[in-house]
Amino acid sequence: MKKTVQLLIVFMLSMRIDAVNQNLIVSDTFPQKLSEFHFFVDGSAQIPHSDVIPYELISTLFSDYSYKQRWVYVPKNTKAQYQENWVFDFPIGSALIKTFYYPIDERNPELGKNLLETRLLLRKESGWEAVSYAWNDEQNEAFKKVAGKTINVSWIDFMGETKEVRYRVPNVNQCKECHAANDKITPIGPKARNINKDFQFEDGEFNQLTYWMSRQIIDNYPLDLISPVDWMDESQDLNERVRSYLDVNCGHCHSPTGNANSTGLYLHLNETRDVNLGVYKKPVATGRGSGGLKYSIVPGKPEESILLHRMISMDPGVMMPESGRALTHEEAVEMVREWIMFMEK
Amino acid sequence: MLIAGILFVSNNSFGKEIIISPGSDAQDRLQEAMILMDEGDTLVIAAGYYEFEDGLSLDVNNVTIKGDGMDKTILDFKSQKSGAQGLLVTSDKVTLKDFAILDAKGDALKVIGSNGINMINLRTEWTGGPKSTNGAYGFYPVESEDVLIEGCVAIGASDAGIYVGQSKNIIVRDSIAQYNVAGIEIENSYYADVYNNLASHNTAGILVFDLPDLPQQGGHHIRVFDNKAIDNDTDNFAPEGNIVGEVPRGTGIIVMANSDVEIFNNLMSGNGTVNLSIVSYSDETDDPNYYPHPKRIQVHNNTYGPGGFDPDLETGDLAKALFEISNGDMPDVFWDGVVPLSQMFFGQPEDEKLIMDEENQVSFLTISPIKYMLGFSNPIRKDKKEFKGVINPLEPIVIDGL
Repeated sequence: MKKTVQLLIVFMLSMRIDAVNQNLIVSDTFPQKLSEFHFFVDGSAQIPHSDVIPYELISTLFSDYSYKQRWVYVPKNTKAQYQENWVFDFPIGSALIKTFYYPIDERNPELGKNLLETRLLLRKESGWEAVSYAWNDEQNEAFKKVAGKTINVSWIDFMGETKEVRYRVPNVNQCKECHAANDKITPIGPKARNINKDFQFEDGEFNQLTYWMSRQIIDNYPLDLISPVDWMDESQDLNERVRSYLDVNCGHCHSPTGNANSTGLYLHLNETRDVNLGVYKKPVATGRGSGGLKYSIVPGKPEESILLHRMISMDPGVMMPESGRALTHEEAVEMVREWIMFMEK
Repeated sequence: MLIAGILFVSNNSFGKEIIISPGSDAQDRLQEAMILMDEGDTLVIAAGYYEFEDGLSLDVNNVTIKGDGMDKTILDFKSQKSGAQGLLVTSDKVTLKDFAILDAKGDALKVIGSNGINMINLRTEWTGGPKSTNGAYGFYPVESEDVLIEGCVAIGASDAGIYVGQSKNIIVRDSIAQYNVAGIEIENSYYADVYNNLASHNTAGILVFDLPDLPQQGGHHIRVFDNKAIDNDTDNFAPEGNIVGEVPRGTGIIVMANSDVEIFNNLMSGNGTVNLSIVSYSDETDDPNYYPHPKRIQVHNNTYGPGGFDPDLETGDLAKALFEISNGDMPDVFWDGVVPLSQMFFGQPEDEKLIMDEENQVSFLTISPIKYMLGFSNPIRKDKKEFKGVINPLEPIVIDGL
């Protein structure tokens, strides 16, 4: 009954509000307020317009334990084209929308969310552009933040402990640092292989690729797609879990086309050379990031591996990734520690 | 709101001038201006003291950012909480001049993939003196082309004060590098002129290095001339693991694994380990595309003051090996003599040999690796005569528009 009422409200809201504002997506400038795009029929409650489709990734980038909700919008009568090993080629006027939030209390979702920011990737005629909107204290509007913003935020975790973080909304340049491939802004997440999983949509549970096909927002995808494993799925092979984690957390910069290509350390899924994956690889221009250690990865010796040292560190001159993290991802650190510990020498 | 602090002074066909002054929200105002400025604009950072909690970045082409002088416009990052460098530049045709970047948590000024970057009269400094907790690099252009570093000052970097990596067409001149591990380092780069600089009180003065397993390697065509590499007497304070961590205190100039390097008219003096070394990359590597030996190195008309009087036997292998093999009689110029195995037996090709034309009193030492390996009692050579030859000057570097 409750669900029906909710759906009815959503339906009524979507009747009242205009369609997604296509002109703003392709416009040269970004509007001041997120609501102007009409991506949401109710921004505070994060209820999307019916043309805006939610999705999830198999493995996600760590962002200080914040939660993320993702949506895709593709203009009517156009489709994103499948590309092998790459993100879908979205048509002009598309938008990828991602809201970051902390639950007030992880033990009790009913208590609500603290919305931080909604990041947009907008497909304009000239290519993708990135911008973020930070939610106000009243949580009823998000405002454009070209230079980024600091939000000191706290939440209660599953253990009942209060956690605090100096959360940074990235500035436009920082968006580009991760989202650049061959000097052009590009989405990272929606590769076919990364969204090849089931999701609970309003109208039922479906494989996301199947659903995207039925909504006619993609042209095609291969049925024999090999997808990365969910790094949190402990039933999976450890090496595959770690490679999946490193791919999504490091591989966008640490790849031959990424911002960190000068390092020679490549952590994207397709890398196969041991030395480029960091095994007995010496640091190049790491400076004190090395922490006095000699190699990125020393098989059998996690405590001597720079890669782990930089995942643990919270010092801005040492830590990896360079931006978007202020806390240590303990669960991932433990997994990578185990991976290095049992790596063949 | 933020815009209120920005004054638009002029707006003409050469772009507008934007002035940022010290005061509250300076970080946000400066960063926002760096994002919103258009091609052709000049951003002026007025004299004063600016404190930052987050790194700055610039990604607009064809702009100038200038302060009021490297001692007047001070960008201080000692309270930095995020960002791997003080200022990051990722755009083309950028001129930065007349300001200082202090106490960045990581690198001070990093430039990635820029085509046309001028760094003029800037200062990067860690103000607490040489410490392993200082950031790695003062000036750090990488994967860039047409790189000018002129009249700059770099102090206290825990790797290199001025570091140019995997770049092309480079001029580093009239600059000062002091109290860094390496003063000036040109690494995996092509076509560089390094001249009229002072590199003193570093661990090592000037390094020309090439390393394996990188996208750009095979460093070549590097001219190092009219520099003073003097009194490099600071203990190595680089964190272990970095290649410069193996450099002994008291080295003037080191050339490693590059080709076509011309070292001339420099003053090397007061370097307690050795004034000039020419060496191979000595660690193991499986990189099939990497050539670990120096070749076509030309050394001439340099002036040598006291050297080798206080060799640093604690750091790396270079000083230790040289000390042992020379019985403590450290030379002005050292070549490790290491060549590919076939050349050990059949000799180096004529046009790849080291050429040296220095005054008679300049002392020299090299090793015959074959004799050394076979345990000959005297595997060293000290005679410079066989290295005398015709100097073929390398072409000067030209950067269009300078």
